[in-house]
Amino acid sequence: MFSEPLAWLIIALPVAAFVLNGTAVRAFLGPQSLVAGWITIAAVAGSFVLSIFALESVASDGATIHQQHDWIDVVGLHLTFGILLDQLTAIMFVVVSGVSLLVQIYSQQYMHGDRSYTRYYSFMALFTAAMLGLVSSRNVIQLFVYWELVGISSYLLIGFWMERPSAAAAAKKAFLMTRFGDFGFLLAILYIFSVNPEYLDIPALYEAVGAGAIAASVATWIALGLFMGAIGKSAQFPLHSWLPDAMEGPTSVSALIHSATMVTAGVFLVARFFPLFEASNVMDLVALIGAFTAVFAASMGLVANDIKRVLAYSTISQLGYMVMALGIGAYAPALFHLFTHAFFKAGLFLGAGSVHHASGTFNMRFMGGLRKDMKWTYWTMVIGSLSLAGLFPLSGFWSKDEILATAFERESGVGWVVLIAGLVAAFMTAFYMFRAIYMTFHGEYRGGAEVEAEMARNANLPEPVGLGHTHRHESPWMMVAPLIVLATLAVVAGFLVNPLFDVGPINKHAFATFVTERNESVFSVDQHGDVPAGAEESHLPDAVHAGAEPEFNIPVAAVSSVMAAGGILLAYAMYITGAVSPVAMGRRLSAIYSVLLGKYYFDELYEDRIVVRGFYNRLARSLAWFDTAWIDNVNVQLAKLTANVGRGLANVQNGQAQAYAAVMAIGFVVVLFAFLVWGS
Amino acid sequence: MTLENVLLVSGIIFAIGLYGVLSRRSTIALLMSLELLFNAVVIAAVAFSRFTPSAGLADAGAVTANEVRAALTGHVFAVLVISVAAAESALALALIFALYRAKETVEITDVSEMKR
Repeated sequence: MFSEPLAWLIIALPVAAFVLNGTAVRAFLGPQSLVAGWITIAAVAGSFVLSIFALESVASDGATIHQQHDWIDVVGLHLTFGILLDQLTAIMFVVVSGVSLLVQIYSQQYMHGDRSYTRYYSFMALFTAAMLGLVSSRNVIQLFVYWELVGISSYLLIGFWMERPSAAAAAKKAFLMTRFGDFGFLLAILYIFSVNPEYLDIPALYEAVGAGAIAASVATWIALGLFMGAIGKSAQFPLHSWLPDAMEGPTSVSALIHSATMVTAGVFLVARFFPLFEASNVMDLVALIGAFTAVFAASMGLVANDIKRVLAYSTISQLGYMVMALGIGAYAPALFHLFTHAFFKAGLFLGAGSVHHASGTFNMRFMGGLRKDMKWTYWTMVIGSLSLAGLFPLSGFWSKDEILATAFERESGVGWVVLIAGLVAAFMTAFYMFRAIYMTFHGEYRGGAEVEAEMARNANLPEPVGLGHTHRHESPWMMVAPLIVLATLAVVAGFLVNPLFDVGPINKHAFATFVTERNESVFSVDQHGDVPAGAEESHLPDAVHAGAEPEFNIPVAAVSSVMAAGGILLAYAMYITGAVSPVAMGRRLSAIYSVLLGKYYFDELYEDRIVVRGFYNRLARSLAWFDTAWIDNVNVQLAKLTANVGRGLANVQNGQAQAYAAVMAIGFVVVLFAFLVWGS
Repeated sequence: MTLENVLLVSGIIFAIGLYGVLSRRSTIALLMSLELLFNAVVIAAVAFSRFTPSAGLADAGAVTANEVRAALTGHVFAVLVISVAAAESALALALIFALYRAKETVEITDVSEMKR
């Protein structure tokens, strides 16, 4: 059994690194101290080792709900906190701390020489701590605190290079848009609180849902609010537009936060409250939003020229995959996809950083031919892309296929929508990833950062921000090693983790069995007297178990593989052989092309139409008018009135002592008279 | 001699004093009028004290402490007021001197520095 202090230590180690780096290291060793990196690496490595133990403990002994501690206990408000270490938490622990560890190691070289190196590592430690706390929270409010901590550390890291206006704007945009979703989350928390404050404790909520103590309409509203939070955090449509802009942060940040971990917090949230979602009526909405996002984001990735933006759209699209999987009740496949995606997407992002290290730019139009110079980066990125595209037998194939197979099994309208969306997105994913690979690594070298800067100068455009220097060689081994580890995981983390049949010590569907099993003995502890008898039995509704282990579906797998292969072939034809000209195609489909390049004009819709025209020009202006014409004016007039009365009364003060005495005497007589007449 | 008669005298003196305070321009005359006001009050206080009915005093031997206090309060006040009036007169005369040195006048209407 994994003891509670150890579980807290997983979170406390990165917190300690954050505090140490933020105070002592920065103050005494300076903002560029290499010690900061080692402290964070050591702390995250400690968390990772402990996470492995936690996973092992959950695998052998089942989930552990550690006791609640009093947090706030006043009349009418009793909040608790604690550790909930179940299968979901254990997997998230390993994914978060593992990817974080690799990214921290990579950053040693990638961020080398940055003038705020210490700050970088303290924020990275803070983020890791917040994320680890998020996945292990037992109380909804505790979870929300970590949720916001994750949001603020994301804000700090996107705006890490805050001297760039675009980075500062992107950080603000990310924070505000996710906050918009968090508003729904907060409403959901308040609603849970108003229904029964006991339900803020997640195990108690499970029990109540299992016992049917929460009406479907109540569950629907709560789930809707929670899903709104998930939409914001996981960049689902319609709150998707912050994630591509978030690429303004350092690439290692994008790898950790905006691909593998933070953005999966939304998916995690839905998974954490999955019984509640099952009991509500929003599942179809979840599936449809996810399906739409998967295709919608992938289509924007088709035309993006910035390699990080391609990966960002790909992330949104894959998160859509996970969300739609949850929406059709495919709990285990969704988490499986989260698990595999974390590795290959982090690897791809780190690869993009490595490419930037060599070419000095992220713009793929100025890359090309880098295959010869950076063999390790090339091959790890190819493996990552193949896995992302879902080609047999890489990890992405297995997880993606489970989602599609479940959708096929559903045989409902939503199931078909999800299946078709999944197949279309698979095609697009394969295309844009290999378009990126071909543009980056194949063909002739197109000059890198220097040429990009020169072209911008010639066209009288401002020089693109974030350009480095071109030195075409492989990145240092500290950067390549994480790439190799992640590429290896991208190969093996699929089949070996969740195989189709028993492979040596690994059981059939090991992962799916693991995540869907709920330890009955732990969850049936009756801490809440008001839960009816019999509540202990069903914690996850039957539908979860039904969708947990879809049988391998050869037709579905074949069709999705054909789609992926088709995408790769189309990219090959367009960018290698030139059989299909991208330019001609862009011209023929110019309307679609410009819509895609304009990102469906969502930034214009949000920033210009809604915020500037609707919000500033209409609402804010009318409120400002009301404020000045009424609220302020009442005060101004009141002040003027007082001043005028005072000025008038001041004339009475003529300086003649006898006049004052006369007034006093008369006043005394009046008072006396009044007293004699009306007194007593 | 009844209480009413004495109070009438006191009231007349007070009225004369008040008239003086409100109408005289010379600060010396003002000061004198002020003394009249004081003395009117003193007369009233002593009169009330003198005419307070107290059975105990007539019937010697049965005096209570409260009765003694009631009989003497007015007299004590008279002494207090007289001493305060003396101090106040000294102060006022000093002020009048200072006023005269500064402005070469003792007319109160010429002094209006407190205006606004």
